[in-house]
Amino acid sequence: MSVKMIVLLKMVPDVVEELEVAADGQTLDTEFLRLIANELDNHALEEALLLKERYSGTVTVVALDAAEVDEALFTALAKGADQALKITDGGGPQSTLSGAYRLAQALSTLPGLLPADLILTGAQAIDDLDGMTAPLVAHYLRLPQLDIVTQVSLDSSAGVATVWREFPGGVRGAYEIKLPAVLGIQAAEKPPRYVPVSKVRAAMKSQVIQSVPVPSAADGGAGLSVVEEMLKPQVTEHAQMLEGSPREMADQLCQVLSEHGLL
Amino acid sequence: MVTANHGVFSPSPPCDIGLDNLTQFPEGRRLWTCIQCGTCAGTCPYAEQMQYPPRRIIGMLRAGQLDEVFRSDGLLNCVACYACTAKCPRGIDLTGVLLPLVKEQVLQHLPQMPAELQKALENKLRYGNPMGESPRKRAAWTHTAGVPIRIFSEDPRPADTLWFVECYFSYYPRGQQCARATAQIFQALGIDFAILGNQEKCAGECGRLSWERGLYSTLMEYNMLVLSKYRFHRIVTSCPHAYDAFRYRYTALGFDYVVTHTTPFLAQQLSGLKPLLKRKADCRVTYHDSCCLGRHSSIYEEPRLLLQAIPGMHLVEMTHNRVNTLCCGGGGGGMWLDTYYKSKGYERLSERRVKEAVATGADVLAVACPYEIPRFEDALKVLGYEKRMIVRDIVELLAEAMEV
Repeated sequence: MSVKMIVLLKMVPDVVEELEVAADGQTLDTEFLRLIANELDNHALEEALLLKERYSGTVTVVALDAAEVDEALFTALAKGADQALKITDGGGPQSTLSGAYRLAQALSTLPGLLPADLILTGAQAIDDLDGMTAPLVAHYLRLPQLDIVTQVSLDSSAGVATVWREFPGGVRGAYEIKLPAVLGIQAAEKPPRYVPVSKVRAAMKSQVIQSVPVPSAADGGAGLSVVEEMLKPQVTEHAQMLEGSPREMADQLCQVLSEHGLL
Repeated sequence: MVTANHGVFSPSPPCDIGLDNLTQFPEGRRLWTCIQCGTCAGTCPYAEQMQYPPRRIIGMLRAGQLDEVFRSDGLLNCVACYACTAKCPRGIDLTGVLLPLVKEQVLQHLPQMPAELQKALENKLRYGNPMGESPRKRAAWTHTAGVPIRIFSEDPRPADTLWFVECYFSYYPRGQQCARATAQIFQALGIDFAILGNQEKCAGECGRLSWERGLYSTLMEYNMLVLSKYRFHRIVTSCPHAYDAFRYRYTALGFDYVVTHTTPFLAQQLSGLKPLLKRKADCRVTYHDSCCLGRHSSIYEEPRLLLQAIPGMHLVEMTHNRVNTLCCGGGGGGMWLDTYYKSKGYERLSERRVKEAVATGADVLAVACPYEIPRFEDALKVLGYEKRMIVRDIVELLAEAMEV
């Protein structure tokens, strides 16, 4: 049994640097902005590598061009991915919608990628808290999809995967899904592996990232949602500090709670 | 017979030495002269937790059975303290040559890298510091230094001294207090100094000794490039690990700057410093010899001279001092393995050390390495000694003694 897997990797703002809104009021200021591979996409890659170790197969990592994406792709190759593709000619930053559209477009137009057994990506990203990338890609490719996945086992001869999804309150659910399928990974079965820097440096010398131009289509999924204004969180109210002896503070607290209808 | 602390440390172990080509280098061939006396294991602070202490590792190497050692995680306890190296009667540089190479394999054979260490190494690569702080905030502490601090990138005129501040003094709040104290002392002594500011990155010593040679090379190449942009007469660093890296390892890349650590640098200036130390301390102090500064570079007397120059400061010694010093547990990546050690139920070396310090009856535990402040302050709290003893870097004690 050999499993063909594609991992979609996205670069997101690194919040180690403070984020600032650009002068246009609609985008992030890119002067000091650094991009980092989305944490859950790293989990998707890890899950793919674990599946490759378990069932054998291939892992292709596909990313839209962005700053520092080469570093992320070489790291993926050093970890054990077989192939890395960088989709260029896309213009500036992507919304989740247009990003998913372009990824789906790339997968369906570039030779040799589809059909794949599994397409894995992070269930969320800091700029996609609704977790729309996996469902949108599945929609554009007309494939079944499951989200918030924490474990995968495959029976590719039967053409199905069993995936475990995580719900609030410690509840887990096992689902069967037909292959090929798109999975939004919440957490890999093990934390993403460490790859020695020497291996990344070796990968940079011996392996290549394939740059493939995929022009943005006119409809591109854009226009369906538009960022009108981007704002830093506004501090509206401050905490009310209670002062006095413990008895006085307890009285004040009871009063505050009853004023708010909480007692 | 060669005796302990005889300067047998390899001046600069070649950076391309590996387990597969040991015999091509004199440092590697020395391993075959081992007489299996076991002094290394006897002096190792963590040997009782190691299935394969240093003596057995050499035995396994010579028997061609190192693979078995790779499958045991015991060598993760190696804190690169140079104790085995310092005591080896055959002059084998275990800490500098063999142990990091074996540790590299041990870590690669682990089913899962200890999370804390993984994060620290990833942070060093991406941000140039193990804490994962913004590289753009590395020089932020200078705004509250109280004295002007020149940053080379803003003012590239040549300086007498390039002060390599390092990570813990740049980011860690208690370290920043030490950085301010250092700046105040330099200013008072009239030293013409500048720092690299946000261009500085971790020198990487713990990367190499915790196995990560690729990370170490990346940081080394970066720092060499930045250093080459400016003109200065000497490098003074606050971090014994950076000092160690510069003095013994960067030489492989052609590093030939004069380099020293703050402690010996200030000891050289003692005649100028002494008249400034006016405030009486009136306390007992004990000094912890850091492994890199003490055991690896024999800098034992300079820190003690500085402490004794402070009026009213009475120096007492711990049982393990100078070449016999007991590691704080932070070296060789140990700084980021505390959770791992705890999960294994091992005693933390910093706690063992602090018990010894408290037993001297001293009020102050003086240190010269940025790792030791968090490690010992934490250990004092864990053991309930935080009211009996405080931890101070020597530069803090000097700066306090300068306050009128």
